[in-house]
Amino acid sequence: MLSLLPVLPIVIPLLSGAISLLFWRSLWIQRWIGVGGTGLLLLSTLRLLSEVERTGILSVQIGGWAAPVGITIVADLFSAIMAVLAGIIGFCVAVYSWYGVDERRQSYGYFVFLHVLLMGVCGSFLTGDIFNMYVWFEVMLMASFVLVALGGTPMQMEGAFKYVTLNLVSSALFLAGIGILYGVVGTLNMADLSVKLAQTADPGLVTTLSMFFLIAFGIKAAMFPLFFWLPSSYHTPPPAVSAVFAGLLTKVGVYALIRVFTLIFVQDVVYTHNLILIMSGLTMLCGVLGAAAQFEFRRVLSFHIVSQIGYMTMGLGLNSRLSLTASVFYITHHIIVKTNLFLVSGVIQKMRGTGDLKKLGGLYKTHPSLSVLFLIPAMSLAGLPPLSGFFAKLGLVIAGLRLEQYCIVATALFVSLLTLFSMTKLWAEAFWKPRPDVAEGEDEPRSDDEPMCLTMILPILVLALITLTIGIGAETFFNLADRAAGQLMDPTEYIEAVMRTRS
Amino acid sequence: MALMPISIVLLLSNFLSSTASGQMLQLSIPWVPSLEIEISLVMDGLSMLFALLISGIGALIAIYAGGYLADHPQLNRFNLYLLSFMLAMLGVVLTDNLITLFIFWELTSITSYFLIGFDHEKEEARKAALQALLVTGLGGLAMLAGLLILGEIGGTLEISELVANGVLIRRSPLYVPALLLILAGAFTKSAQFPFHFWLPNAMAAPTPASAYLHAATMVKAGVYLLARMNPILGGTTWWFALLSLFGGTTMLVGALVGIRQTVFKRILAFSTVSGLGTLVMLIGLGTDQAVQAAMLFLVAHALYKGALFLVAGIVDHQTGKKDILQVGGLAGALPMTAMAAGLAALSMGGIPPLFGFIAKEALYESALHMGYFAIPAVVAVVTTGILYLGMGLLVGVGPFLGARPSELGRVREAHWSMWMPPLVLAGTSLLFGVRSGLIEHTLLSPAMKSIVGYRFPTHLGLWHGFSFALVLSLFSMAMGVYVYLRIEDIRRAFRPFDEIVHEFTGANYDRCMTNLMAFARWQTDLLQSGYLKNYLLIIFASTISLTTYTLVSRAGSFSLPFDLPPVLHEVILVAVILAATVSAVFQKSRLGAIATLGIVGYGVALIFATFGAPDLAMTQLLIETLTVILFVLVLYSLPGFTRLSSKGHRFRDAVISIMFGALMTTLVIAALDVQFSPSISAEMARKSYPEAHGRNVVNVILVDFRGIDTMGEITVLSLAALGVFALMKLRPEKEEEV
Repeated sequence: MLSLLPVLPIVIPLLSGAISLLFWRSLWIQRWIGVGGTGLLLLSTLRLLSEVERTGILSVQIGGWAAPVGITIVADLFSAIMAVLAGIIGFCVAVYSWYGVDERRQSYGYFVFLHVLLMGVCGSFLTGDIFNMYVWFEVMLMASFVLVALGGTPMQMEGAFKYVTLNLVSSALFLAGIGILYGVVGTLNMADLSVKLAQTADPGLVTTLSMFFLIAFGIKAAMFPLFFWLPSSYHTPPPAVSAVFAGLLTKVGVYALIRVFTLIFVQDVVYTHNLILIMSGLTMLCGVLGAAAQFEFRRVLSFHIVSQIGYMTMGLGLNSRLSLTASVFYITHHIIVKTNLFLVSGVIQKMRGTGDLKKLGGLYKTHPSLSVLFLIPAMSLAGLPPLSGFFAKLGLVIAGLRLEQYCIVATALFVSLLTLFSMTKLWAEAFWKPRPDVAEGEDEPRSDDEPMCLTMILPILVLALITLTIGIGAETFFNLADRAAGQLMDPTEYIEAVMRTRS
Repeated sequence: MALMPISIVLLLSNFLSSTASGQMLQLSIPWVPSLEIEISLVMDGLSMLFALLISGIGALIAIYAGGYLADHPQLNRFNLYLLSFMLAMLGVVLTDNLITLFIFWELTSITSYFLIGFDHEKEEARKAALQALLVTGLGGLAMLAGLLILGEIGGTLEISELVANGVLIRRSPLYVPALLLILAGAFTKSAQFPFHFWLPNAMAAPTPASAYLHAATMVKAGVYLLARMNPILGGTTWWFALLSLFGGTTMLVGALVGIRQTVFKRILAFSTVSGLGTLVMLIGLGTDQAVQAAMLFLVAHALYKGALFLVAGIVDHQTGKKDILQVGGLAGALPMTAMAAGLAALSMGGIPPLFGFIAKEALYESALHMGYFAIPAVVAVVTTGILYLGMGLLVGVGPFLGARPSELGRVREAHWSMWMPPLVLAGTSLLFGVRSGLIEHTLLSPAMKSIVGYRFPTHLGLWHGFSFALVLSLFSMAMGVYVYLRIEDIRRAFRPFDEIVHEFTGANYDRCMTNLMAFARWQTDLLQSGYLKNYLLIIFASTISLTTYTLVSRAGSFSLPFDLPPVLHEVILVAVILAATVSAVFQKSRLGAIATLGIVGYGVALIFATFGAPDLAMTQLLIETLTVILFVLVLYSLPGFTRLSSKGHRFRDAVISIMFGALMTTLVIAALDVQFSPSISAEMARKSYPEAHGRNVVNVILVDFRGIDTMGEITVLSLAALGVFALMKLRPEKEEEV
């Protein structure tokens, strides 16, 4: 059982999805499988992380075919951390969806798609094979496309269309890159690629090929100038769907970038990683400026995802152990915080029936506890100490200063001020400002506020507590991220874990 | 509410004897050792002085707020913010670690945001809160970078250890950038010109918060930082020039703008700006006398300014008037308040025997000893001194004398919890003035020692014998009274100056914000245009340019393998495929395009067949056929095909497509040339029969070697089927808004 631990995060959602499908007619059972399956997923990933932490990198050769012939599933610390995050988000969103997603969508397979989406996400994090990663990307893309479109409102269809078209371009480039790479190196196993490319006689061609992966994953991660699909689509589906997307989808792209640009494409780091750095800076700026121009809750948040991606890839671009540590820490922090903000936006949407900041207001007066639950992730996102986002940014800034990359440091700091600006905009407009539809002195029309229900608030509370924990107990998380970065910077252990044959 | 600050005061006074004797108490808890972040508390003379001011005034403010906001529904929230602020502020002055300092620093900014915006339903309050947050936040982030650079060049993040490396730091090439960045933080926080404009606007906060944050404590965080950094960064020409220039300008601008205001809190706010400038200037001058003057002024200012703010709050609370022109003759109705106001105003004006007088004497004295700079320094400080007396009289004396405007109606004295705090503050001004020995050796000289690094003799007192400073003092008192009497003329005379200052600062901030928003909208409209074709264009263009550039600049020469003799049937196949592709592009109907694309697909299938992959060829043929049939079915229900794009656009798209095709072709051919390691397919073929028991290696790969890929793809297909079903069946309800 233990030896199969790295496969569980893929198998559990697959089975949960399949079983849910069997109970197509019973929403009740599907909900319970939703919560139970994602709960199991979370447990399995936690177990995986602790096992990887204790014994080192784990690998499973699928079908018993030793690498590089077969496909290897491999969990190093970075993968395991990402899987745990997928577990947390999956679980919280599944609980939230109970009432957070309307029954009509639930009765047309919402939970099935959610499970399969999680399977694709975990598969991408855990695979050690570049083509297999492509397959997981496809799984993810199909599941997410249906989730975006499910419900079929005109706005959703428009968003879904852009989403799927641009992501297919990414898939095509990814596939083309894999094809040519296979033609050159003759292998698909990432560890094997790393070994063989280290001896390559023609690094220039490999660097050229790496551009395909940079663009393909850059689209997935929503980097500049490839991010268009994200702000076009994230505000259209139900908030629970946006939340799981916001937490996980782009981060799969970031994960893939970090993986291939630390393991495979390290022939010409001065060129490739500086390129990533420049793109990161522009990603931060464009995203945050985009957010400044928006006036709808989830649109603001969506542009901020773009902006934040820049920080995560900045750590990759700086390419030092500290910077990668900061990146891993940043991803951890961001997934929790961003999902939470979308969940809060969902509660507000459900209460007031709109996410338009011009129509919102007065929540601070009527819902002080919800206000606090918004403030924790919002302030953390803006990087205010001592919340998680502060330490994430601090790590990057220190790493940048040590490498004397002053431009990117200045950009990162400036963008964090603008992020604060955006978060205060949300705060001032939705919470502080008096409700525009209530005349002064009049009582609040509480009747149209649907009562907040526990299953929607509880996930928000849990995620907020995690944010606080990451901030106050930053050392634990930083330490873990540091060891993950160590494995990334020196892939020897990873290669050994994949290449050793298990009988 | 006041219990916590009071107990902090008591706790602090326990340590008073040790800090007075020059000891430094330390306590250190590692927090994030990976980033060298420690919660290290240090208590020396300077920390003690600030900590006592913060907690002592904090206690009074807490009492006052209880009365001032007695029937406010959000009093609890206010108290929470106020206490959080106090703890954060104590953190700033007690920590030894640069990053922890920054953390507390930011916490004071954010609590200040909530306090300024406390009246959150007023737009003005929300805007002022945001402005203060952005201005101090910008400075704060610059400061963070500066502190981190300082940590790098000094080799540690602990201030007490940096002091030892001061010489090394000041010689580093990174000294000036670090200094400028740190000053950006200190200057924005302490409202130095031209960043001062947020402070008068911050007066939107409830008065207890204004008195506490924006007069007595938070705005002095910058001053504290400068004092703290003096042994590390101070003593250089840069330090001297920047601090005295910005400080001096702020001192004058604040006083000159402040004198012509008529709203209570605005007069006080500008005079606070001026006072902060004075402090910065004195620290920049850096002589023993200047440092002594700075510490005296710090205490004097906190006492009288805090009191005057509280008085302004009482007047507002009891009469509803915020403007000095609307009130008068209140002494009878508000006797206790009037007493506090009078004492504080006199202290502000530097009238003996109040503590403000001692501070002013020290200020004049230190200006007189500035050598070359003595004349401008004296002119500046005396002008400021005159205006201080004028402002003090305007706020603290004018409203209580003269005739009472009839529209005021009945005015009753405030609750004791409101008049007691300002009276205590003003009374302390008097006490320290008469008995300056009370704080001279316990608080002031230990604080000075922390700033300059050594202890020097001080001699405070009201009477220093006849000196030039005394002459100046008498002159400025006389002029101050004159200014008060001729205030109407002065208001008129200073009006253009006020406008110029606003144009240069606050208006610039507004313009910056407007431009930033306009730029944000412009760039977002440009990039996120809403047109899918633009998105695709940008993505393909980036792909082509990045890849081509990399290919040209990085990849060395590679030979295109044209040495293989072309075979006739291959040539024919390629020709057919190319022809079909070109024709597909120029087809006028969808059906035609699909059909010609089908030809391309069949051609590819034939190529597979000729290279010995019949399975692949079969699959390809099936897929092509199915695709064409499905397309035809779908196309049937679509509207007719119309051309919407212009010729130019089509040309552009054609160029992009051709370039992309050319790029792919080049890469594929290049890849053929540099096969540099044996492919695993040979290994697969070898293992296929003996180990996987399958003769058809493609099948074995699909279902065995790479079975999990197939499983994934099956999942994709099932999902697609399920998705199509769900999307077809689940149509939006009419009124659904999601």
